[in-house]
Amino acid sequence: MRKIGIEEIEDIALGAALLGAGGGGDPYVGKLVAIGAVKECGPVTLLDPDEVPDDALVVPIAMMGAPTILAEKGIGGTEYRTLYDAVSSFYGKPIYAFMPIEAGGVNSMLPIAAAARIGLPLVDCDGMGRAFPELQMVTFTIGGGSATPMALVDEKGNSTIFRTITNKWTEELARAVTMACGGSVSISLYAMDGAFMKKYSVKGIVTRSQVLGSAIHRVKEATDCTPQEQFLEITEGFPLFKGKISDVLREVRDGFNFGKVVLTGIQECKGREAYVEFQNENLAAVVDGKILATTPDLICLVDTETFQPVPTDALKYGKRVLVVGLPCFPLWRTKEGLDLVGPRYFGIDTDYIPLEERWKGGEQ
Amino acid sequence: MYKLGIDVGGTNTDAVLIDENLKVVASVKEHTTRDAYDGILSAVRAVLKESGVNPGEIGQAMLGTTQCTNAIVERRHLAPIGILRIGAPATLGIPPMVDWAEDLRAVAVDMAVIGGGFEYDGKELAPFDKEAARKFFEGLKEKNVKSVAISCVFSTIRSDHEEEAGRLCREIMGEDVHVSISSEIGTMGLIERENATILNAALYQVAESFTNGFARSLRDEGIANADIYLSQNDGTLMTMEYARRYPILTIACGPTNSIRGASYLSKWKNAIVIDVGGTTTDLGVIQNGFPRESSVAVTIGGVRTNFRMPDVVSIGLGGGSVVRERKDGSVTVGPDSVGYQITEKALVFGGDVCTATDIAVRLGMTELGDASRVAHLSEEFARKAMDAIRSLAEDSIDAMKVSSDNVDIILVGGGSIILPEDLSGANSVSKPENGGVANAIGSAISKISGNYEALVDYLETPREQALEEAKKEAVELAVQAGAVRETVEIIDMEDTPLQYYPGNTNRVKVKAAGDLA
Repeated sequence: MRKIGIEEIEDIALGAALLGAGGGGDPYVGKLVAIGAVKECGPVTLLDPDEVPDDALVVPIAMMGAPTILAEKGIGGTEYRTLYDAVSSFYGKPIYAFMPIEAGGVNSMLPIAAAARIGLPLVDCDGMGRAFPELQMVTFTIGGGSATPMALVDEKGNSTIFRTITNKWTEELARAVTMACGGSVSISLYAMDGAFMKKYSVKGIVTRSQVLGSAIHRVKEATDCTPQEQFLEITEGFPLFKGKISDVLREVRDGFNFGKVVLTGIQECKGREAYVEFQNENLAAVVDGKILATTPDLICLVDTETFQPVPTDALKYGKRVLVVGLPCFPLWRTKEGLDLVGPRYFGIDTDYIPLEERWKGGEQ
Repeated sequence: MYKLGIDVGGTNTDAVLIDENLKVVASVKEHTTRDAYDGILSAVRAVLKESGVNPGEIGQAMLGTTQCTNAIVERRHLAPIGILRIGAPATLGIPPMVDWAEDLRAVAVDMAVIGGGFEYDGKELAPFDKEAARKFFEGLKEKNVKSVAISCVFSTIRSDHEEEAGRLCREIMGEDVHVSISSEIGTMGLIERENATILNAALYQVAESFTNGFARSLRDEGIANADIYLSQNDGTLMTMEYARRYPILTIACGPTNSIRGASYLSKWKNAIVIDVGGTTTDLGVIQNGFPRESSVAVTIGGVRTNFRMPDVVSIGLGGGSVVRERKDGSVTVGPDSVGYQITEKALVFGGDVCTATDIAVRLGMTELGDASRVAHLSEEFARKAMDAIRSLAEDSIDAMKVSSDNVDIILVGGGSIILPEDLSGANSVSKPENGGVANAIGSAISKISGNYEALVDYLETPREQALEEAKKEAVELAVQAGAVRETVEIIDMEDTPLQYYPGNTNRVKVKAAGDLA
């Protein structure tokens, strides 16, 4: 158990943006929502998953809707109270703690704001250990958890709880209500008990985000090694490629951003070529025609000077990036995990081979 | 008649006089002074003396100044203000200025978030809480506040609530209150737009001081017949009155003026402009005669904003950059610099620090100071240093390009002697005469603009026709403001569909700009 204040939030937001693996939203608004809540209501207690009783009700908090609308409307003052009341009365017991559903600039931050405003603890875990584009892409699905009953509230005080027959219905109904409510709403989903959370969640993710963010903020202070060596050591990342963006191909389909970023090697990668494919998040990194990493392992692009994460919507010709691979949460490497988020699910025709093994088999 | 262009930068205040054929008659560089007025005065005096021009023959005087930026960065002369945000019950989770530094937050005497605002489709989010607004303004009046920032959720889609609040504010606090409205200043993204509006509100005294000071310095030097303008950061001019209302629009006009001045001097309308100073090098892009705008949020004095800014990249390379040899034999240049002390510290000037300028002299690229003092540097060392300079420049040029095609490069600024002219990625490189005062020239040749805005139903007036009519109106407005008709061009045009209006109603906005007569 420890406290999260404003300094921690700055680090967590940055680290979570890195773990967003190209997606997860702009950390700026998310960070302001968390800072606003902590300034008003005080620091948040962060619980280790093992500190939560088995029968306690733990509820992940997130936002749904268009990031551009969130950037205009932000969050009101009462959504989390409405959400708390709706969910507690539905289950007939008080919520014990909140938690994030994914790492990423926006959804890592909102549960902190919820915890601060309601005065509940936050649990140091989530359901992805990174960001993914679809509702069912959480470790809880592997454990048989369901997204619904899912609560949805807007800033005006409207609330509803969905009970649906499939994830597709959840997606469809929630989208319709979200637009009717103004395009950006707060939700809770995959509500679970402490025992289930301990078994299937990605533990320690808030702390990991904080460590990563702190490392990026302080990377220039490295003394006995280069900033890049320092960055790779702390992230335990694999430097897949270093290059200049020479082309960005984009396409919007079914509400997702698909695309490919082409890189020309610089410095130690001079003379080599690479590309990274993405669907909101980065899916595969291919260097000189050879796949070096695929989903569910994290493929993160960072600025070669500042090591700030570069999300897929900010890819721009001429930018210099380091492509870093981070191993994913082990549960994603099981058959059930790969069925949900493996390369073939995203239309990439290759078997999943863990990053570390592809790396060993590579030229490095 | 002559044009007088002045650029007040952090270090130097430059002034140029330009004749009717836009030829540079005289140019001077003076040190910027603490209150700017003395620096402007001595620059004006010096340029008049150098040229021998009769002050009465100056028809236009243009000022580009960094004073607003400096006021924010140094937290000086900022006015106490009130902040009203319309948008509750939305946005309450992020109060105004939530991530601002404490010392800058102190400008806010009072703030309130009240009911109102719109949804993304223009539907009312909540009715405008007039009573709450009234109470807030009455409170400000009692505290003798003279400047108010008003923002509203989705005011970029619909500005009715902001305008209503503005009217109410003047009604209660008096006609002389300074009202800053977010939809007139920023774009999508409430917090960034609100931040820019708050800064604008806090700058009103700074704006009054530099507009009055400029007018006074001209009068004192006998420049009695000149129309007076201020440079905006999009390369157009504004009147004194407009500058007092929107001081924030002067931010970053320095790089804009430098980019436009470089374009004018080289006669190139599409190029990358590299302005090499003593400590840093600014790279910008000129597209069809105007600077390319930045597409990302810009931070001013630690505050994130989203109003238009030129897309400029600064790197730590300049004439005074320090050159070092490392143990492994490699050579580094910068980012530290001897700065303004170059005339004492550089080897060619008798100092003991090897700078980028010394390398340029050693390699015979320029003649400056005492070349014998760098003769001891080995050619290999000098070549390695020049390779480092070259790669810094070439990497940044590449980062500014939008495709891999080669581009034209214009080199300006006092430090441009350190750059080689055969840069990779460049078609051709121009080093125009008078490049050292490109910024003041850019200020003098700024254009005068006309803005036209209207709501048009495309079912009644087809889009093509509506845009044509809007363009004509904008051209007329520019001509009325003083532009020569033949030179007026459309520089910006956008139409936004407004879903909440009947039919196919669009907001049409056109900006036209031309040369001053």
